Formats: sequence, structure tokens, C-alpha cells
Amino acid sequence: MKRSHIILLIFIAIAIGVLISFMGNLSTYETIASAKQKEGKTVTIIAKLDNSQPIEYDPAKNPNYLCFHIADTLGNKAKVIYHYEKPHDMEKAERIVLKGRMNGDVFEITQKDGILIKCPSKYKDDPAAARKNLSQNQ
Amino acid sequence: MDYIGEHLLPGQLGHFFVVLSLVASLVAFVSNFKSSQAIDPNLQWQWKKLARIAFGIDVLAVFSVFATVYYIVYHHRFEYNFAWEHSNLALSPKFLLACIWEAQEGSFLLWTMWHCVLGIILIFRAGKWEAPVMTIMSFVQICLATMILGIYFFGAKVGNSPFLLVRHLFTDAPIFQRADYLSIPQMQDGQGLNALLQNYWMVIHPPVLFLGFASTIVPFAYAFAGLWKKDYSGWTRVALPWTLFSACVLGTGIMMGAAWAYESLSFGGYWAWDPVENASLVPWLVLVAGLHTQVIFNATGHSLRATYLFLLLGFILILYSTFLTRSGVLGDTSVHAFVDSGMNIQLMLFIFVFLIPAAIVYISRYKSIPHIDKEENTYSREFWMFIGSLVIFLSSIFVIIATSLPVINKITGTKWSTGDDSEFAYNRIEIFIAIILGLLTGITQYLKYKQTSKEYFFKKIWLPALISVIIASLISIFGKIQYDKYGGGFLIAIHLGLFCAIFSVVANAGYIWAGLKGKWKAAGASIAHVGFGLMLVGILISSSKKQVLSYNTTGININFDPSAKQNPLENITLLKNVQTDMGRYWATYVSNDSLNESGTTTYFKIHMQDKRSKEEFNLYPFLIKATKGQQGFAFNPSKHHYWDRDIFSYISAVDNGENDTTSFKSHPVSVHDTVFYSKGYMILDKIEANPNNSRYHFTSQDTAIVANIRIISRDSLQYNAMPALFIKNNQSNFITDTVFTQNLVLGIGSLLPDHKIELRVKESSDMIPFVALKVYEFPHINILWLGTLIMIIGFVMSIVRRIRTRLTVA
Repeated sequence: MKRSHIILLIFIAIAIGVLISFMGNLSTYETIASAKQKEGKTVTIIAKLDNSQPIEYDPAKNPNYLCFHIADTLGNKAKVIYHYEKPHDMEKAERIVLKGRMNGDVFEITQKDGILIKCPSKYKDDPAAARKNLSQNQ
Repeated sequence: MDYIGEHLLPGQLGHFFVVLSLVASLVAFVSNFKSSQAIDPNLQWQWKKLARIAFGIDVLAVFSVFATVYYIVYHHRFEYNFAWEHSNLALSPKFLLACIWEAQEGSFLLWTMWHCVLGIILIFRAGKWEAPVMTIMSFVQICLATMILGIYFFGAKVGNSPFLLVRHLFTDAPIFQRADYLSIPQMQDGQGLNALLQNYWMVIHPPVLFLGFASTIVPFAYAFAGLWKKDYSGWTRVALPWTLFSACVLGTGIMMGAAWAYESLSFGGYWAWDPVENASLVPWLVLVAGLHTQVIFNATGHSLRATYLFLLLGFILILYSTFLTRSGVLGDTSVHAFVDSGMNIQLMLFIFVFLIPAAIVYISRYKSIPHIDKEENTYSREFWMFIGSLVIFLSSIFVIIATSLPVINKITGTKWSTGDDSEFAYNRIEIFIAIILGLLTGITQYLKYKQTSKEYFFKKIWLPALISVIIASLISIFGKIQYDKYGGGFLIAIHLGLFCAIFSVVANAGYIWAGLKGKWKAAGASIAHVGFGLMLVGILISSSKKQVLSYNTTGININFDPSAKQNPLENITLLKNVQTDMGRYWATYVSNDSLNESGTTTYFKIHMQDKRSKEEFNLYPFLIKATKGQQGFAFNPSKHHYWDRDIFSYISAVDNGENDTTSFKSHPVSVHDTVFYSKGYMILDKIEANPNNSRYHFTSQDTAIVANIRIISRDSLQYNAMPALFIKNNQSNFITDTVFTQNLVLGIGSLLPDHKIELRVKESSDMIPFVALKVYEFPHINILWLGTLIMIIGFVMSIVRRIRTRLTVA
């Protein structure tokens, strides 16, 4: 066997190892209902803010505690706790991507980047936002 | 209907220029192709002449399009959607430029403008390679022109025109029933530029990054032309400066983005493995791999096949990253991707029209690409350089696979997502890449091409290796790198990585004397490697020693959040004018002022005092009010620079209460005394020495007193407050307590005779203003920026040298 083949094999072996370990650490997208069944496991949920419940955030008391409620497209709801500051413009979010784990009925997020807010205003190439603006103050 | 006040001429002109650029680049493409295929030199020249004229017209047309767009934005013609959506009256000229490339159409325009510049240089410099290379160049120009074409072609929309009127885009909006719709308030001003983007980085970062993007076409075009014309090795020397240029500019652009994220966005760092960042990094990595194999081939004749693969892939990956960032597919994984603009099919086609031909010529000509059967010697530079390139390439594949999860999910129907710590998912792999590359960049310099005697190699390498071991050990032992968040294995990897990075710096710097005998002209590569090594050192130290300084250590509010103990409390609340304990510092929120003329920016003055050294400084994190049509703020950071570290802070929450002018009032009180305030009264129940309760954990070694105060408000509700005073390191420390519902801040001022204490009471007319602040320390971040600069300098030196040698060869 030529040396280049040996090297190639080594690289392939490493690549497979990396891939397996990478796959092992992946989470999956879940709905609130399926996340509840995978209690304690890190999952990703895409949901909307449940506007019927208040967002609890009092930075004067504790800037590291945010509590809010989400609802997904199937109509399931859950309470979310996040231990960092409230993301800006959260109230206007069209969609929230959350990474964390279900703990009983509470979805806990332990990493700062565990919340990704999708705002219509973040990048203004969104026609829906512009349309809304045009039909205001008629 | 005749609309009043519209200026339609610029739009018509602009649209004409877009179409002209499309037609001109089509003609340039066909003529260049004909010229490349012609055998008769006369015919070749005829076609080439036509191609040059056509490309010249294309250049003029593209720049006219840009001028027209700028005209529309500069004169605030809000009937045009481009001006209405991206600009407003308040923007200064430099931000008018920024708002052009903030838009998708504008950034395509920027890209195609750079192609024009590069194309002109190629026409002058490419010699016999002009026709085939310009064929590919013109073909990209066709594709980019369609991106801003904005016409319907058999029912399918092709591109987004920057000259669309608002009423064309929103035909059903009721305001367009009126002929004088331009006089309606919301048509009088545009939406403006996102507050986050109103920053000088937004003016300079995109042009540099897009020059980097645009320049990758040149190595691609040469490689493609080499395969196409079956002149497999004739281009590798003349194209080397282009590969270097591309790697240099793209790298600069990426690092500018990193500097921007660090300097003025509250991302809390310079790199987050965000998909959009990765999408630019991956082509750069592949290009750097290609650069190295190209150098190997020029020196030894090895690695030509790999060179083709890497250079072709570099540009394809640029197209792929364009698709990723602009198609909206990253919507759920990136904080800064564009949203879907309805051009996904076109963007996908853009990839395939290059991928398919490139794959076909590469695969069909693969066997004919010259290669050397004999394997490289283990003690040869080319062998280890090739391994290094392969490692870079593999790491780029890993990054792009991880970044492409949303695409993979779309295709296969799976639901994969990165775990909740997505940065670590990359870091734990990339740390090993850093280790290998650090080692290889150092070792390879001391190996000669073809064959190196072991004696020579070990004679030269032992000194840099020894120096690196000493430096790295000193840093490991005294540097206090104790990053145990991910366990001991990762910590060892960090220390190992640090050694390899230092070795890379020392070995490459040493090589300038030991190997090159101080010939600085030839030292470009060594200098670039020194820069790269320094970048690794900077990244490793600043990330592993990055510290949150604003840990909430005050003891306030812990009961509020039962799980707080296991969770980081990265934000600290600072009440205005109340000195707060923040680990090594005392922090005081002093004031907030609006400094710029339009009143959209608010600066917060945070006074910091080092507890030990007494050194004082101020931080000024600020908020920019979002532009019209959006609420909210952009929270921008402020830094205090030291030579060896940055104190980095930003506001994470703010209460914009009234300006508070009240101050503390002192009341001498003894136990059971009563003090009145506007909404009730308070009683000092007892004074405890060194209490150990839910709030405070003092021991008998401490010197502390805590006042237990009961507050009874007019509505007879009771509250408790426990301000404290303790002596530590011969110094008085005060912990105030706040009763927010009563707008009260209580503190102990001092001990008075007769068992009295000075009770300090502050009552604010409104809620006491406060900010929640986050403060980080980035140690030795400057090494990263220094390394980046040195790497760029090394690249530039290499480009200059390779152009010179190319001239002497030619």
C-alpha cells in the first residue's frame, strides 16, 4: 500500500469519527408536545410568543431571569425560563427559536444563544413589514 | 392615473443600463468564447477586440446603474422602493452608501462592480489567457446582471430591480388610489437604515468583503480555462498573485466583520460560528488550501489535481454561501441572514450553472491533469504542505456540513439542529485543527522542497522548538488558563494549541533569519504565518480567559429565582448613583446623556473603580434608537482598552425613568427608632453583627453589621430591607437595599456613638433609574488584531513578490 493511501485512510477515519461525534451532539427540532416526551434532552423548538400570558422580566429585581410563555402551531403551550437578559424586541417576534430542555412543564434555556428572535424588522427586506407600514394611518 | 410629483426618468435610465449591462456582457461572453475557440490569429484578434468593447460597455453600464441608484437615494426619491425601504432623510452620505449595500440588489451591484474592475485589470494583464478567462468573467457578469434585472420571463420573476416604484411593489395598498400619494406622510420619508448598521464599519466592511467574494472568480476562471484549453499547467504561475490577492482580501473582509462584531455590536465577541460568518469563512479556507497546493505545484510539480479542485470549489462555495445567506434558509439558525426574497430558484441556478460545467471538465480531464507518480519524500516541504492543505480543506468541509444542517433538513426531511451550545460544537473540533496547523506551519518552513537532510532539519528546528516550549510553559504555568467549563480534555487541548500557535510564530519569525538569511523581500509567507500564529494565540488566550465581570455578587434578589445557583448571573443591575459591588470593581451608573444632534443616541456613563488598585475609569455603552417604522433600540458596547486586555460592556436592559436628582438623606437612628418618608414610615428593628441568613453569609471573622428595617407604607403593607456595612481589607463596604414599590433605597452610612447608626434614605419621585449591565474582560485580544494585520502584510508582500517574479519570467 502506498503511503498516500494510508494517509487517506487515516483522514477518512478521522473524518468519520468527527462526523459521528458531531451527529451525537446534535439536537432535533421538536414541537412542544414531543419535547415534553423527551424531558431532560436538549431540543430545539420553533414557536410563537403566547401573548395571552405576560412576559415576566424585571431587570431592577433580577436582570438574569426571564419567564415567558410560548405556543406552537399545534396549539400547545409551555412556560419558558431563560437566565439571561431579555432579548430586544422580543414582543415583536414573529417566531422564536429556542434551544433548551423540558423540565416538567417548564422549558429551561441555559445558554445565552439559546434564544433566536426572528423579527420582521431585523432585516427590512421583508415585504410584510413594509406593507403593514404602508397601510398604517389611512 | 397620472401621479403627481413622481420622477420616472432616473428609473427608466437605470433600468436601461441594467438591460444594457446584460446585453453587453452577453456579447462579451460570446466574443470571448469565439476568440478562445478561434484558431486563426486574425480571427482571434477580431473577436477579442469586439469582446473588449462589449466588456467596456458593460463596465460603463454597471457604473451608471450604481450612479443612478445613488442619485435616487441621495435625492430622496421615495417613489422608488429602494429609497423608501432602505434610506431616509436623516442619513448622511456615507450611510447612503451603506444603505445601498445593505439591500440585496445593492450588494449584487457592489459585487458586479468589483468584477468590472478586476475584468479591466485582466484585459491589460492576462495576455494569452485573456479570452478564456474573460469568457468566464463575462458569464458571471451575465448572471449578476440578471439578479438586478427584475423582469418577468415566461411568468418567472428574474432578479429584483432596484428601480421598482413603491406602488409597483404594493399595488393593492389603498394609498395608491390617490394621485398625490407622495404627499402622504409615510411617503415623505423612507424606512431608513437599521440602527445597528449605522456604523462606519457598514461603510467599509461590505466593499472589502465583496471584493474578496468577487476576486475568487479569477483563480476559478484560470483553473477552468486551464482545463478547458487543455493547457493544464500554463496558468499556475501567472494566476498565483490572484489567488494570493483573493485569499488576502477575503480574509481581510472576514476579519473586518469580526472586528465590527466585536467593536460595535453587542454580540459579546468577535466570532460566534454563526452560519453567515461560516459561509464566508469556508470559501476562504478552501482558497487558502488551494493557494498552498498551487505553490507546491509551482515548486515541485506535485498537487496540481488538488489545486484544480480547491480553486474551482472556492468560487462554487462563494456561490453556495450567497445562496445560504440570501435564500432565507438560515432563518432559524442565524442572527443575521437575509430573509427570503423570492429568488431562491435563481440563486440555486447561479450555483449549478458553474458547478455543473466545472464538475464536468474536472472529472473528464482529471486523468489528463499532469501528476507525478513518485510519492513525495517524507522529509520534503511539499509533503507536509499538502497534508496541511488537506487538513484545512477537511476542516472547511466540517464547518460547511454543520452550517448546512437547515439545507440538509430540507432535502432529506430530517429535523437536525445543533445542540444548545453550538459554539462548542465547532470549537472542540477546530481546536485540533489549530494544533495541527500551528505545528505544520512551523515545521514546514524548515523543510526544503524535494528532499531535506535530517541533520539540516533538526539542526535548524531545535532552537525554535525549545524557545516555544519555554514560552508556552511559562504561559501555561503563570497564565492562569483554567478554562474548565468543558472538562480537562479540552483544557489540555487549549494548552497544546497554545504551544503549537506559539511554535508557529517563533519558527516562522526565526526562519526569516535562519532560512532566508534576512531576505525580507522573500519573507511574505513567513510573515503571513507569523500573523496566523499570532491570531491563533490571540483567539486561544482571549477566549479561554474571557471572563464575565458583571457576575451578580450583591446578594440582592437571589431568592427571586430558585434555580439561580446553577445558572450564570451575567447581568448586574446598577441603580443610578448607587455604588454597586461587581467582583473586582465598584460600579456606579452615573448619568445618561444624549450626545448626538438628532437625539437618537443615548450614552450611559458607568463609573468603574478597581477595588484593589483604586484605578478609575468610565465606560460609555450606548443605545441607538431604531429608525422610523421600528421600535426599540440597538444596544452598543463600550470598551476600556488596556494593552493587555479590554474591559467590554454593554447595556442589557434599561429603565428610562425620569432623571433622578434626589440624593440620600441621613438620619441618625438607634434600634426601634422611626423614620418617616413620603409614603409611610420605617422602623429599625434591630442591628445584627455578622448575621448568617438567607441574604448574607457572614462569619465570625467578618466585621459586618446589618440593619433590619421594617417599612410600613400608607396602605399598611409591610416590607423588609437589610442594608449592610462591612469592613474588608481595612475598607468600608456598603450594600444598599432597595424597596422598589416604595421607590426607596436604604443604606447604612456609618456607625455613630450611643449605638446609633447613620441610616441613609433615598426617595425618588419616580422609580429609581437603573441599567442592567453586562461586563466582560477579554484578555490579550489585541494579539488577535495584531496577528490579523501582520498576516495581511505578509499576504501583500507575497503578492508583490509573485507579481515581480512573474514579470521576470514573462
